[in-house]
Amino acid sequence: MATKAFQKIYTKINQITKATCSLKATGISNEELATINGRLAQVVKIMGEEVTLQVFGGTEGIPTDAEVIFLGKTPALKVSDQLAGRFFNAFGEPIDGGPEIEGEEVEIGGPSVNPVRRKQPSELIATGIAGIDLNNTLVSGQKIPFFADPDQPYNQVMANVALRAEADKIILGGMGLTNDDYLYFKNVFNNAGVLDRIVSFMNTTENPPVERLLIPDMALTAAEYFAVEKNQKVLVLLTDMTSYADALAIVSNRMDQIPSKDSMPGSLYSDLAKIYEKAVQFPAGGSITIIAVTTLSGGDITHAIPDNTGYITEGQLFLRRDSDIGKVIVDPFRSLSRLKQLVAGKKTREDHPQVMNAAVRLYADAANAKTKLENGFDLTNYDERTLSFAKDYADQLLAIDVNIDTTKMLDLTWGLFAEHFKPEEVNIKQELVEKYWK
Amino acid sequence: MSTKGKVKGIISNLVTIGVDGPVSQNEICYISLGDEKLMAEVLKVAGENVYAQVFESTRGLKVGNDVEFAGHMLEVTLGPGLLSRNYDGLQNDLDKLTGVFLKRGEYNYPLDTEKLWQFKPLVQVGDQVEAATWIGEVDENHQPHKIMVPFNMEGVYTVKSIVAAGEYKILDNIAIVTDNEGNDYPLTMVQKWPVKQPINVHVSKPRPFKLLETGVRTIDTANPIVEGGTGFIPGPFGTGKTVLQHAISKQAEADIVIIAACGERANEVVEIFVEFPELEDPHTGRKLMERTIIIANTSNMPVASREASVYTAMTIAEYYRAMGLKVLLMADSTSRWAQALREMSNRMEELPGQDAFPMDLSAIIGSFYSRAGFVYLKNKQSGSITFIGTVSPAGGNLKEPVTEGTKKVARCFYALEQARADRKRYPAVNPIDSYSKYIEYPEFEDYIKTKIQGDWIGKVNDMKTILQRGKEVQEQIDILGDDGVPVEYHVTFWKSEVIDFVILQQDAFDKIDSVTPLDRQEFMLNLVMDICNNDYAFDSFLEVMDYFKKVINSCKQMNYCEFHSDKFEKYVAEVKAIIEEKKK
Repeated sequence: MATKAFQKIYTKINQITKATCSLKATGISNEELATINGRLAQVVKIMGEEVTLQVFGGTEGIPTDAEVIFLGKTPALKVSDQLAGRFFNAFGEPIDGGPEIEGEEVEIGGPSVNPVRRKQPSELIATGIAGIDLNNTLVSGQKIPFFADPDQPYNQVMANVALRAEADKIILGGMGLTNDDYLYFKNVFNNAGVLDRIVSFMNTTENPPVERLLIPDMALTAAEYFAVEKNQKVLVLLTDMTSYADALAIVSNRMDQIPSKDSMPGSLYSDLAKIYEKAVQFPAGGSITIIAVTTLSGGDITHAIPDNTGYITEGQLFLRRDSDIGKVIVDPFRSLSRLKQLVAGKKTREDHPQVMNAAVRLYADAANAKTKLENGFDLTNYDERTLSFAKDYADQLLAIDVNIDTTKMLDLTWGLFAEHFKPEEVNIKQELVEKYWK
Repeated sequence: MSTKGKVKGIISNLVTIGVDGPVSQNEICYISLGDEKLMAEVLKVAGENVYAQVFESTRGLKVGNDVEFAGHMLEVTLGPGLLSRNYDGLQNDLDKLTGVFLKRGEYNYPLDTEKLWQFKPLVQVGDQVEAATWIGEVDENHQPHKIMVPFNMEGVYTVKSIVAAGEYKILDNIAIVTDNEGNDYPLTMVQKWPVKQPINVHVSKPRPFKLLETGVRTIDTANPIVEGGTGFIPGPFGTGKTVLQHAISKQAEADIVIIAACGERANEVVEIFVEFPELEDPHTGRKLMERTIIIANTSNMPVASREASVYTAMTIAEYYRAMGLKVLLMADSTSRWAQALREMSNRMEELPGQDAFPMDLSAIIGSFYSRAGFVYLKNKQSGSITFIGTVSPAGGNLKEPVTEGTKKVARCFYALEQARADRKRYPAVNPIDSYSKYIEYPEFEDYIKTKIQGDWIGKVNDMKTILQRGKEVQEQIDILGDDGVPVEYHVTFWKSEVIDFVILQQDAFDKIDSVTPLDRQEFMLNLVMDICNNDYAFDSFLEVMDYFKKVINSCKQMNYCEFHSDKFEKYVAEVKAIIEEKKK
C-alpha cells in the first residue's frame, strides 16, 4: 500500500450497516480505496462531505471511532509473468505462501475494448465432449456459462474443458466456492501437470461475501495482461457467478437502492455485461474466453440472474441426468453456443451444421414419442425408432464422458441415422446425404 | 457567458452539481477530471442542485470538480459522409479512436471535413426556401444526399447566392439565404439537431401501405411489414432475435439501413463489421456497408449513452427521410434502453413503477415509435422510416412493462417462441401469436394487388387458418392418441407441418434459402396451398406421416436450389408426382 507523507486519518464514522460505513471526509475520489481499522473498503457514494464506503470484509465489530485512511487509488493488481502458477485472494494477495508479485500495478475493471478493434472469433476450442463440440461448438473469445443446479458436476466438466482446450493460461476466479471444490481444482490442475499455466483468484465460502465482487475484475485484469501484452490465449473460469450477483444484491440493498426483479439491483445487466464482455479476440492474436457457472435454483432460468446472464453471454450449456442411460449429458435442447456457426462446417467438416440440426430434431421427435408413451398411447414404428436412436445418441455422443474429435462425432451420427432412419426422414441436403450416408 | 458549476455528490454515474446560473433540462455539460472532460446530461433540476447522468465511468471524480454547461442539448451532426460509419451512442466515430481500448473523455467530430463532395445546386438565386428545402445534392455512396436548409431555421428565406456545381468540403459555405428583415445566413452542408426532438419537416403522414420486402418468408408472406411501419420482435434469449434482425437488415429493400446495437453483445456488432463490407445488397448488388450506418453502444459501454444511442439513430433516420429516402432502423434491444432508464430512475430515487421501471416508460416508448412512419414532404416526395425493435423480456415473460408498452404502439408483432427454438424450427416466430396489422389495411391490399396476381391476402389467411387448425388437432392427438382421432385429423396436422417446414422455416445460414424474393414466395405459397387444398385418401394414420414427410423433403430441397433452375424444376415435378399418388 502506498503511504503518503501526510495521510489524513478520520476517526468518526456516522453510520454503519452490514456492508457499508459512512463518514464525513473531503477531497475523496469516487471508487477510491480506504482502510477501516485495516479492513479494505471502497467509496461507493459521495454526497457533499458524506462519503459511503463498501467494506469488503463486512462491518462486524467496526467501532464508530475506527481509523479510516483513504489510499488515493482504486483496486489494482500487480501484473507480470510471475502471476503464473500462483493462488491469490480477492485483493490479489498471495495465499499460497509464495512471495509478493513484482510488476506493474494496473487498475482492475479497466476500460472496454473499442468494438471496431475486436476481431471476429474464429478459432474452434475442441473439448472432445460431443455435447459441446458437435452441438454447441465453442470458439475462442466466446463467453458462455454452465446453467446448472448445485448438485450437478459442472466444476468437473469445466475442469475437463479447461485442460483439453489448449489454452496458454487458465485463470480461475472462484466466488463462494466451497473449500472442497477449491481443493478439487487445485488437485486436478496439479495432477495434470499444468499448474504453471494456472492463475487463481479465490474467494471461498469461508471468506466474506462482499470480497467476491473483486474476483472477476482481478481474474480478467490478469487475463488482459496475458492476452494483450503476451498475445496469449487465455481461458477464464468463473464459478459461481450466482454468488457474485448475490453479493451485488447485498451491497445495493444496504445502500437503500430500489430492487428490481428477484431483489436484484436494477443495474444487474450492466454489472454482469461489464464482466462477460471482457471476452474478446484481439487483433494481435491474444484472446480471452470466459467459461462461467451460474447455479440455478430448481432449474429456474427465469430468475433474474440466469435470465440477465443469458442475454449477455453467447449461449449457455445445460447438464442433465439422462435416466435412460444413467449418465449426465449436455442437454441438446436448452444448450446453445451462439458462435458455433463461425466454426461449424468451416473449421470442421462441411456436413457439421446440418448433421447437428437433424440429430437434435430427431432427438426432439424422440422426446415427443416419450411423452406419448408416458401418456399410455401406442407408438408408431417411427416413434419406436426415434426412441432407440435417442438412446444411442445420448450414450455415444451426448454423455459428458465422451472424448473424441469432431470428424469421429459426425461419422458416428451418420452411422446412427443409417441404423435407425431412411434418408428422407432426416431432412438433410441431398448432396450431403449422397456423400456421407452410411 | 455559459453557466458553470461544481460537483457536489456522486453515486455511480449520477452526479449532483451546484450551479451558478441558468441551466435547461437535458442540457449537456462537461465535468473536468484532470485533463479529461466527461460529458453528462441534465436529468433533473432541484433548486441549486442539478442532477446529471455522466456518459462515462465516474471513477476518480471528486466533490468540487468543475463543470461547464454547453448551452445545448445532446445533438448529432448531420451531413454527407454519415453512411458506412461506425458510431458510438454519442456519434463518435469509433474508427477514428486510437488504441484497442476506449479512452474515457475521448470525443471526435463525426464527419470527414477534408473530403471533397461533388455538389450540384438544386435552387437558384431568388428562390424562396424554408427549413428542409433541398438546395443541393451530393452523391453519397450512390444515394442522392440532399443538402437541406437547416431544420431549425424558421420562416421563409430567399436564396441570395448559391455556389456553382463542383467539389466542396462539407464546411464550405455553399449558399447564403436572406430572411424578411434582410439578415444573411451562410449555409454549409452540415447542420446539428438535438436528438430528443423529432424532426418534423413533412406535410402529412398517411397510413403506411407499401410492402417492405425482407426476403424472410415468415414476415413477407405471413405478417408483412411496410415502408414506414413499426414492428417489434420480443423473445427470450436464444430464440434468434439477433439472427432475424441481421437477416432483415441485410435483405430489406431499403435505401438506408441504420442499426442501433443498444446494450447488446460486442461480438454481434463485430459480425456486422466483418460481414457488411463483404456482403452484397440483394437489390442493388452493391456492398451492404455502403448503405449502412451502425450505432454501436454495446453492453459494456457506458449505460447513459445506451439511451442516447437509440435517439441518435432515430435522428439520423429522420434526416435521411427528409431527403425522400426509404430508411430502415433496427434497434437491438430496446429493453436495454429501458433498463438504462431504470438504472437512472432508481439512482434519482424516483418512485418506481412496475418492475422498478420509471412510471412514464410506456409513454417514452410510445413517443419514440411514433417518430417512425411514411411521410409526404413539402415537395410532394415521400420518405419513410421503418422501425423494428427487439425486446428482451425478463424471463421470457411477455407480461412485462417493456413488451406491454411496445405492444401498444408497434403494428407488427413477431413473437419468438422458446418451444420452436428448442425444436430448431427457425426463425422461431410463432405463426399464430404473431400479427401484422398492415395486412388488414385496404391500402395495403390495393398495393399488393399491383405486385401479386390473384387473391394473395385470402391465401395468406387460409394458410393461417390451416396452421391454427393444425395446432388444435395436435393438441387433440396429444390427448386422445394417434388412433383416437379420425385419419383426416392427421392429414390436417401434416398440412400445417408442410406450411411450417416449407414456408415458415428458413435457413438463415444457407446462401439461397436465406433470401426469398417476393416472386419466389408467391410461387412457394401457391404450391403449398395447392397441396393443402387437396383431399387425400389414406387407409390409416400411419401412412399420413410417411407421405407428408416425403412431400416436405422434396419441397425443402427446392428451398435450397436456385429458383427455376433444372434441379428446382426436378423437385417441383417430384412434388407434383407425389401429390398425384394420394390425391382423391
